[in-house]
Amino acid sequence: MLDALQRLGQITLQFFQRLGRGNLFLLQTLASLPGTILRPGLVVKQMYSVGVLTLVIIVVSGLFVGMVMGLQGYNTLVDFGAEESLGVLVALSLVRELGPVVAALLFAGRAGSALSAEIGLMKATEQLSGMEMMAVDPVQRVIAPRFLAAFLSMPLLAAIFSAVGVYGGHLVGVGLLGVDDGAFWAQMQDKVDFHEDILNGVIKSIVFGFIAGWIALFEGYDAVPTAEGVSRATTQTVVHTALAVLGLDFVLTALMFGD
Amino acid sequence: MAEPVVQIRDLRFARGERMIFDGVDLDIRPGGVTAIMGPSGTGKTTLLKLIGGQLQPLSGSIRVHGEEVPGLARAALYRLRRRIGMLFQSGALLTDINVFDNVAYPIREHTGLPETLVRDLVLMKLEAVGLRGAAQLMPSELSGGMSRRVALARAIALDPDIVMYDEPFTGQDPISMGVLVKLIRELNNALGMTSVVVSHDVREATAIADYAYLLSDGKVVDHGTPDELWGSRSDWSQQFLNGQPDGPVAFHYPAPDFRDDLLGSGRC
Amino acid sequence: MNSRTVEIWVGIFTAAGVAALFMLAMQVSNLSSIGGTAGYVLTATFENIGGLKERSPVTVSGVRVGRVESINYDLESFEAVVSMKINDDYQGFPEDTSASIFTAGLLGEQYIALEPGGSLDNLKDGGRIQLTQSALVMEQIIGQFLFSMSSDEKQE
Repeated sequence: MLDALQRLGQITLQFFQRLGRGNLFLLQTLASLPGTILRPGLVVKQMYSVGVLTLVIIVVSGLFVGMVMGLQGYNTLVDFGAEESLGVLVALSLVRELGPVVAALLFAGRAGSALSAEIGLMKATEQLSGMEMMAVDPVQRVIAPRFLAAFLSMPLLAAIFSAVGVYGGHLVGVGLLGVDDGAFWAQMQDKVDFHEDILNGVIKSIVFGFIAGWIALFEGYDAVPTAEGVSRATTQTVVHTALAVLGLDFVLTALMFGD
Repeated sequence: MAEPVVQIRDLRFARGERMIFDGVDLDIRPGGVTAIMGPSGTGKTTLLKLIGGQLQPLSGSIRVHGEEVPGLARAALYRLRRRIGMLFQSGALLTDINVFDNVAYPIREHTGLPETLVRDLVLMKLEAVGLRGAAQLMPSELSGGMSRRVALARAIALDPDIVMYDEPFTGQDPISMGVLVKLIRELNNALGMTSVVVSHDVREATAIADYAYLLSDGKVVDHGTPDELWGSRSDWSQQFLNGQPDGPVAFHYPAPDFRDDLLGSGRC
Repeated sequence: MNSRTVEIWVGIFTAAGVAALFMLAMQVSNLSSIGGTAGYVLTATFENIGGLKERSPVTVSGVRVGRVESINYDLESFEAVVSMKINDDYQGFPEDTSASIFTAGLLGEQYIALEPGGSLDNLKDGGRIQLTQSALVMEQIIGQFLFSMSSDEKQE
């Protein structure tokens, strides 16, 4: 009994210690951002590995998600004779929820894990230490550009996901199942509000980009510098990002659409 | 004798429960090669990190160029580090850029020199370690000895006053080892730097050192010129320098009596 | 990889992202129809607006001419005040135009249908439509139907 309590206390303490380190790390990173903006070359290079390399999976997944939504939505709506609303259904689900959330999950799997592994390995091979000894701040030079790149890429990726998804839904709904093309778009434009739906979706993806970048970089930076530690950090990045994104999505949805 | 470049007094440092240093006094004199030797796990690398300000001691004083390292503010610490070069055991080359850019890295970060001048400087440093021809290779294409030489070129890129070598000879074949010994000695003489070599390779370290410290169990057990050490009558020094398996440093890790353990009640 | 290639790819990525955002704004959402918010406002009061909402369509002869901009409740007349934004392309409704709230289909959303009258004077910006017909509330209709049924039976 006492052992169990002690264990619980230990876990709680460790959790808060880690949270504290994570927050300090975030503050350090944010403090280094102004210096990073002065060197856009570093950010561009990271946007390539974080954004461009994630693009393929985002486009393919977006297309398929949109197509599935088209099929499923049509089957349900046709019972009510409301298949013209297919565009609304596809667009709203993508823009409000699936775009930001699924893009963030894919981002964690593709880019987040790569970031953690890279930073963890740099730590394990003493590259970060080496930079410090060369009087170069690794947070400024290595972490901050990656963080900024993740933060900038996420909304773009989510927007691409949603846009491709809408066309995927159009492809199936209009091209395959014969929903009227005009009605598809007109109903969509009628019901999807720019502020309420599109902007809120973009805000979500910005928040998710922030969180995903933070978790991935912190896990790498805080990793135990061994092969096992790095692999653990990579796994944790994906798990923690997924949990954080889904949890935050609920909170954000409640705040944005809950009135 | 000249004022020491690095002066350590009564240094204490612990990692968790374990004391790594328990009252270490150490002086590193300018212009020479000082070797710090000791068995694996005595915290030789930790000592270098303490000098470089990457770790904070529990107590004691570490003065580099007269500045108290543990108390330094970030900016002052970074200013001081530009005068210190460090060669990591693994080389610590940045793996995403090539050899040339690795050596150019500290120059580009800290000086606003035009690219043509950077190029000249980098080629000079690479020539000094004999790897000018490898400038366009990536770190992953280098052998262990070569990457250590590149790291050495990078460590001296900003012409530091002090260069610290962390286990420069470990895991090297005899030829690379010979090359490194020659390089460290020659660079030290040619550039007038102060070198600190941390190593447990007794033969190589004593061959290039002007002065050596022996560390064990968190304390300095012996120090002197290599000749003095070889002639030392301390049992510990003799065991370490000659590599005897048993002596003051016992072969056995502390354990309960063997007989009791075998006949014991099977507690473990 | 060559840094020029990297930069080009990042450029393509950014352009694609911005294009996607633009597409979402213009093609998917109603931003294009709000787009030049050029239009004029008409108001009308209703006893009961039923399920009318902001952004519900306003039509004439089935043609969409504008949308509901705001819905308020007037504490003096105890009626709902609906202001509609009518597209500038559709000007010159007569003063005695009437407004009714209808439902699209059995379960569809509610909208305002305008029916032009015969007056020679036209409604201007901020003008008020006098003749209105409230939304039909299902419970009321059923109630009236049952009531008339029972009264019919008595007469027979």
